[in-house]
Amino acid sequence: MNIVVCVKYVPDATADRKFEDDFTVDRVGVDGLLSELDEYAVEQALQFREKREGEEIEITALTVGPEKAVDAVRKSLQMGVDKGVHVLDDAIAGSDYVATSLVLAKAIEKIGAESGGADLVICGMASTDAAGSVIPAMLAERLGLPQVTLASVIESQGDQVRIKRDNEGSTEVIGATLPIVLSVTDQSGEARYPSFKGIMAAKKKPLETFSLADLGVDAGEVGLSVAWSQVEDTTERPPRTAGEIVTDEDGSGAGALVEFLASKKFI
Amino acid sequence: MSEVLVVIDHVAGEVKKPTYELLTIARRLGEPAAVFFGSPDQAAAVAEKVKAYGAAKLYVVDDAQTKGFLVAPKAEALQQLAEKSSPAAILLPSTFENKEVAGRLAIKLGSGLITDAVDVQAGESGPVTTQSVFAGNFTVQAKVTHGTPIITVKPNSAAPEEADGAGTVETFDATISDAARTAQIVATQPRQSTGRPELTEAAIVVSGGRGTGGNFEPVEGFADSLGAAVGASRAAVDSGWMPHAFQVGQTGKTVSPQLYVANGISGAIQHRAGMQTSKTIVAVNKDPEAPIFELVDFGVVGDLHTVLPAATEQITARKG
Ligand SMILES: Cc1cc2nc3c(=O)[nH]c(=O)nc-3n(C[C@H](O)[C@H](O)[C@H](O)COP(=O)(O)OP(=O)(O)OC[C@H]3O[C@@H](n4cnc5c(N)ncnc54)[C@H](O)[C@@H]3O)c2cc1C
Ligand SMILES: Nc1ncnc2c1ncn2[C@@H]1O[C@H](COP(=O)(O)O)[C@@H](O)[C@H]1O
Repeated sequence: MNIVVCVKYVPDATADRKFEDDFTVDRVGVDGLLSELDEYAVEQALQFREKREGEEIEITALTVGPEKAVDAVRKSLQMGVDKGVHVLDDAIAGSDYVATSLVLAKAIEKIGAESGGADLVICGMASTDAAGSVIPAMLAERLGLPQVTLASVIESQGDQVRIKRDNEGSTEVIGATLPIVLSVTDQSGEARYPSFKGIMAAKKKPLETFSLADLGVDAGEVGLSVAWSQVEDTTERPPRTAGEIVTDEDGSGAGALVEFLASKKFI
Repeated sequence: MSEVLVVIDHVAGEVKKPTYELLTIARRLGEPAAVFFGSPDQAAAVAEKVKAYGAAKLYVVDDAQTKGFLVAPKAEALQQLAEKSSPAAILLPSTFENKEVAGRLAIKLGSGLITDAVDVQAGESGPVTTQSVFAGNFTVQAKVTHGTPIITVKPNSAAPEEADGAGTVETFDATISDAARTAQIVATQPRQSTGRPELTEAAIVVSGGRGTGGNFEPVEGFADSLGAAVGASRAAVDSGWMPHAFQVGQTGKTVSPQLYVANGISGAIQHRAGMQTSKTIVAVNKDPEAPIFELVDFGVVGDLHTVLPAATEQITARKG
């Protein structure tokens, strides 16, 4: 069996994230890392294998992104993934969801081609920078696979997969037959830390770099200039003006709070 | 004037507020045509609701074919509807499910997609959207440059304005392929209603975090005195104190109410991502150094277990 985990390299959410002059996300000037939400995807890929003792399962971590994005793949290798693929091509910079999903889909097809197709594609619930939560659905659309998204609990037996997911007004159980595209939430269970052994072992694991040409994607189909949605302007939110802070002493806090709410007509 | 498709947000035919917000936005862009995925016998009642907010048309797509399966059938139906009606734009309420529908639809129609807009205005060459990104630290103006603009819009992005629409009901027969019926909804358990306002729609949200120590009574009592929805930080959810549906933040709900009150919540970036665009922010926290105080319009340094019950009592007394 062949599992592909899609992992994204994102600017650190706790750093000062910003935009370039062309309004693309600054992916170079700000420290980046494997999206925390994709660590859950890696974890579930590893657990999927661990629960299926005796089966031969190969897990590939796949990223599309600039030079430094390879760090996201490296971390996945350290966590226990078998091989890495980095799609790196200057033409990809500034791609929108539509183009990114195309490149990912082509890469998944290429990774699977050597073994009769990917059986399981696992994504995070969202990237922590774009936060669209749309790539997994788009991949299912492009690959023609069942879409089993936003799982908090994953169970499988043979080629059957069942997941639990929280929808707006309900909790649902979804069932599908492999191959599928799966996305997992941060409720699916904490991701493991790479062990020292894992870090050492990762250095010897295969890591391939694909260009657009390797994937048979025309450079004219991707990138900022052909993005079907375009950013026209970005504005930094003005810092909030410092508010009034009171310290509660002998019950004064509640009174001050109620006065404030009344002054703003909330009461 | 071209149609603007608006996908209705409803539970069993009960139309939800974001629908009216989207219809209001749609009127800026063209003629609103609401799309109802549901039972045809609820169509007449739904039509009454949406025409009061300017819907010229109501397309009814019988959900008998779509409802047992995840996302893909809806995207197929919308593709067929869009090919028939050539809309100027397609608007969907920004739920996780609708974002996925929108994503698939974008590929099917060969159209650009914008998710989580907090405002949409008519521009010279189509709709111009505003999004709030990087935990609310930036706003971004964008537009779709190819195909039919597909835009998912967050709750509270417009004040619903009533307007007379014709509300003509039209049944739309979508053809759903077998390929779209592969991820099956095996079981559904509706969440129990709390009797409080919906988190994402509420004008006031009162949240509790790890600082509640697991006792949400002061938070809930305070919320009820203000007629507010109750929210929680991930720490409170992970501790099992509140269900995940109440989580505010990056991996929970994004709220943008008139008033947000954070109690016993430190103000981590992932929590901010879900509440930073609230109009007025108030916090109660016993640590004067808590980062949440950087955001507030008003803050009380104190113990929520004493401040909130006392405040609740005073509010109740004022209301008489
Ligand atoms: C990928 C990822 C996604 C995440 N998504 C989310 C998300 O969606 N939502 C979210 O909330 N978090 C999210 N987090 C977690 C986030 O980083 C924080 O850990 C979390 O928000 C902390 O919750 P808290 O503020 O309740 O707890 P803490 O940070 O522990 O803060 C508790 C606060 O309560 C105060 N306090 C304690 N006792 C009292 C008292 N008696 N009275 C008053 N104040 C008191 C303390 O001073 C402290 O400031 C995410 C993290 C990651 C890595
Ligand atoms: N550039 C990328 N490279 C690899 N995986 C990605 C990339 N962008 C998105 N993904 C995957 O798609 C998921 C959802 O991303 P998004 O739709 O951008 O919120 C992420 O959690 C990743 O698993």
